[in-house]
Amino acid sequence: MKSLILQTATRYLFPLLVLYSVFLLVRGHHEPGGGFIGGLMAAAPIALCALAYDVDVARNLLPLRPIRLLALGLATAAGVSIGALFMGRPLLTGSWVELPMPGGGVLDLGTPLLFDLGIYLVVLGVVTQIIFSLATKSPLHWERDES
Amino acid sequence: MTLFFLAPFLLAPLLPLLDRWFGNKAGWLIACVPILIGIYYGDLWWSLPAGEERTSVSWAWAPQLGLRLTLMIDGLGLFFVLLITAVGALVSIYASGYLAGHDRLGRFHAYMMFFMGAMLGIVLAGNLLTLYMCWELTSLASFLLIGFDNERREARAAATQALVTTAVGGLCLLAGFVLLGLAADSFELTDVLARKDAIQRHGSYPAIVVLVLIGAFTKSAQFPFHFWLPNAMEAPTPVSAYLHSATMVKAGIFLVARLTPALGGTPLWAGTLTTVGAVTMFVGAYLAFFEHDLKGVLAYLTINVLGTLMMLLGFGTPLAVQAAMVYLVAHALYKGALFLVAGIVDHATGTRDLRKMAGLIRRLPLTGAVALAAALSMAGVAPTFGYVAKEVFLDAVWHAPFVPILLTVVSVVSSILLVAGAGRVGIGPFFGRPTQDECDPPGMTMQVAPLVLAVAGVVTGLAPQTLMGPLLGPALEPIAGEPVKMYLTLWHGVGVPFVLSLVVLAAGIACYIVRGSLQRHLAGSLAVARWGPAKWYEWSLAGLYWVADWQTRMLQPGRLPRYVFVTSSVLLLLTIEEIVLRGGLREHYPGIDVRPHEAFAAVLIPAAALVAAASRSRLASVAALGVVGYGVAWLFSIFSAPDLAATQIVIESLTVILFVLAFARLPKYTLASSPRRRLRDALLAGAVGIVLTLLLLQATHEPHPPPISEWYVEHSVPAAHGRNIVNVILVDFRALDTLGEITVLATAAIGVWMLVRLSAQAPAKREGYE
Amino acid sequence: MNLILPFVVGALVAAGLYMMMRRSSIKLLIGFALLSHGANLLVFSAGGLVRGGAPLIEQGESLPPAAHADPLPQALVLTAMVISFGVLAFAIALVLRTYRETKTDDVDKMTTTER
Repeated sequence: MKSLILQTATRYLFPLLVLYSVFLLVRGHHEPGGGFIGGLMAAAPIALCALAYDVDVARNLLPLRPIRLLALGLATAAGVSIGALFMGRPLLTGSWVELPMPGGGVLDLGTPLLFDLGIYLVVLGVVTQIIFSLATKSPLHWERDES
Repeated sequence: MTLFFLAPFLLAPLLPLLDRWFGNKAGWLIACVPILIGIYYGDLWWSLPAGEERTSVSWAWAPQLGLRLTLMIDGLGLFFVLLITAVGALVSIYASGYLAGHDRLGRFHAYMMFFMGAMLGIVLAGNLLTLYMCWELTSLASFLLIGFDNERREARAAATQALVTTAVGGLCLLAGFVLLGLAADSFELTDVLARKDAIQRHGSYPAIVVLVLIGAFTKSAQFPFHFWLPNAMEAPTPVSAYLHSATMVKAGIFLVARLTPALGGTPLWAGTLTTVGAVTMFVGAYLAFFEHDLKGVLAYLTINVLGTLMMLLGFGTPLAVQAAMVYLVAHALYKGALFLVAGIVDHATGTRDLRKMAGLIRRLPLTGAVALAAALSMAGVAPTFGYVAKEVFLDAVWHAPFVPILLTVVSVVSSILLVAGAGRVGIGPFFGRPTQDECDPPGMTMQVAPLVLAVAGVVTGLAPQTLMGPLLGPALEPIAGEPVKMYLTLWHGVGVPFVLSLVVLAAGIACYIVRGSLQRHLAGSLAVARWGPAKWYEWSLAGLYWVADWQTRMLQPGRLPRYVFVTSSVLLLLTIEEIVLRGGLREHYPGIDVRPHEAFAAVLIPAAALVAAASRSRLASVAALGVVGYGVAWLFSIFSAPDLAATQIVIESLTVILFVLAFARLPKYTLASSPRRRLRDALLAGAVGIVLTLLLLQATHEPHPPPISEWYVEHSVPAAHGRNIVNVILVDFRALDTLGEITVLATAAIGVWMLVRLSAQAPAKREGYE
Repeated sequence: MNLILPFVVGALVAAGLYMMMRRSSIKLLIGFALLSHGANLLVFSAGGLVRGGAPLIEQGESLPPAAHADPLPQALVLTAMVISFGVLAFAIALVLRTYRETKTDDVDKMTTTER
């Protein structure tokens, strides 16, 4: 399935989609968005790449192997959850810092955002792992069936 | 009391060690345990202050449910305690000789000790549920002991049969006890026994009687549950002597005696007990007459005696109750002795076939004398205790509260057969021309126990009132509910019982002499027995297997479509049933409010689903699935769920990619089910869909309870600093759930990885793939 | 209030169940996906349906508009969607692997774990 149109489109779309996914993640606490949709949105262009080019090309787009992303995400989410215990509060209690921003606004940063980042990484790792696994040619000769 | 109650259970695991250290002497040591226990309980009861009838201890077990573990000792309990411990001590001595050199002798002692603890628990229980628990423990011990020779198929089969039969009865008993406890408003025996009127007026009284009696009948091998007892003779002989003649099979008798004050005195109770007891009495004696296995004869004669005891308890008159207890003691003495003799003979000659034995007294003089004494007691010849028992028994039957003539006739016929049986087991093998030369004389350990039992049978006969009176008197009181005036004597004078006794004895001897031709002439009648209860047991077991097999084949064939079909059918039927029971669905749909684009979605999605289901091209199916997914996303966006809509769109795209990737490696649709199956599945699926739609229509028009999410909405900004409430719920309020969910997700991804990557067939080619 | 979702849910569940009772394992997968859609919509509609009232709070406000949708079913459905995607992927991998080992995609023949 090597289509020039798909390849070209992917090349231009990829950075935009990744950027958009991060945007979705960050704004998720206030507007529609969040870790789940962000992670999916980040995985989509990589899946697209795997279809348009090759699995190896797609794999090189990721900074880490999917399984590591997944582990990192889980560790982040779990770490955030346990973090509250160290501050003498029940598991998963959120904490916030309010940073004044140039222009008079206030940036409200909290641990839930970190938790969301964990979700984002897990979802990204899960989806890319699945796509890569299924797209990789098996060591055995699959019985090909043209459809 | 606690300590002595728990002692057998605590000691049982230690006995194999004792056996290893002391070898054959271990039996003597182990015998001390029951003796000490017997002495303790005897002292406990006899040192009670005058006027006190019982003493008890009790622990709260599950106080919320009113469950207590209560132990209680009264005259009846003590009577059985002494029986159990005395026979137990003798049998454990005997067993070390009988099983000498057996590599699992220690385990055998442990099982026997465990059984004794459980059996003591039955007779000491002061609470219905305590009693039930110990009751089942004895069944378990019996299973282990019957199947002790677990390498033999017959032993295993007999053990299973005994367990299944008694456990079925045990379950009935439990049900009966629960009903009884509810009727009496207490599971404590003292309460139950004191509330006779409340129980007998209660609506479930007939059910209680039937269930409790089924439990007692299975345990005490009453017709038609008697068949397990002869088969249980597969057990080593000490087990037969102890469990299957002296103690465990008497548990049913004990139970009936124990509950008589609460349940007795009604036609239902008395009629059932008398009928079943009389039938069992006759069937046992009759079948014994045709049996040629020494232990088999003894087993059938035990059934005969158990029937007799049930019948006597059914009469419920003080005389009959007294007869039952006296007869019980006599039976324990002579039958225990005869079983142990049977073990010696088996050991010595290597056979148990009565037709192959004769003249053994020359080789086994002491054993022969013991057998003779026991057989005389069994036949009811003076001056043994058996004679005393038979006199009282016939007296009680003659004075039976109903149909005395009929019952007397049945009893006399059974007794005649019993006398013949006594001759066959006690005289036949020992006198006449010897058939065998080789004979191993038994050791002293095996001689002691039968000797003691037989001597006791004769001595107590000489002075019955002096020796047995103090024991039997208090035992009768809790059954009759009033002090029983009892006088036992060897010589009653010439009355009806005496005459009957003479008739029985004469006819029995005649019967014994002509036994050969009598057996031949009557053998045809045994054809009936071939279709008897043992066959019913086989049939019901086969039926059970068949049903289980059929059900597994129907419901769990291993084929996924069938599982889905069965699950959906059950769901559908239950839902329809519930709707019908609630009087159908109400139809009021106020304010239908559908906008044109929503109507379009409502048509588009089902149409696409239909295409996905009906298409013959898998790509078309997946494309249709995509349409469904995007349509669902559209619905989300219409109904105020922007997060869901966006997520749905991305997921749908990824799903389609997955399917396309998978298609490269899977065949096209080539499999078609038969049109009939397709129609069937379509009808079921359609029906589930329609019922679901109707339910949802109903549900959306029911008044909504206030949503539980109000708290989240109110606290989203103040407490969680977030304005997207859905996201706040996910990452803050319900973050623990989300943590679990992403873990599941990660697990799924690792599962996919493993499934694709690991290949059992090509380990060498694995590297380089992930 | 609303009539369309019950019909959509019913149709999706019916189509999904029908496909799950077919012999081809691909149809089983598609059936599973359809059933998931049905279940998601069912949970979604259980909270009551509102048009144009997303559970979002305006900047500077502390409460959403008066007629807003219930956020809780939405949160539930959001995770359910992602999870059913993961389970679907797992099922696809399972079917692929089974096909590779057994050389059949006939669910009716997969009645034992022995080869």
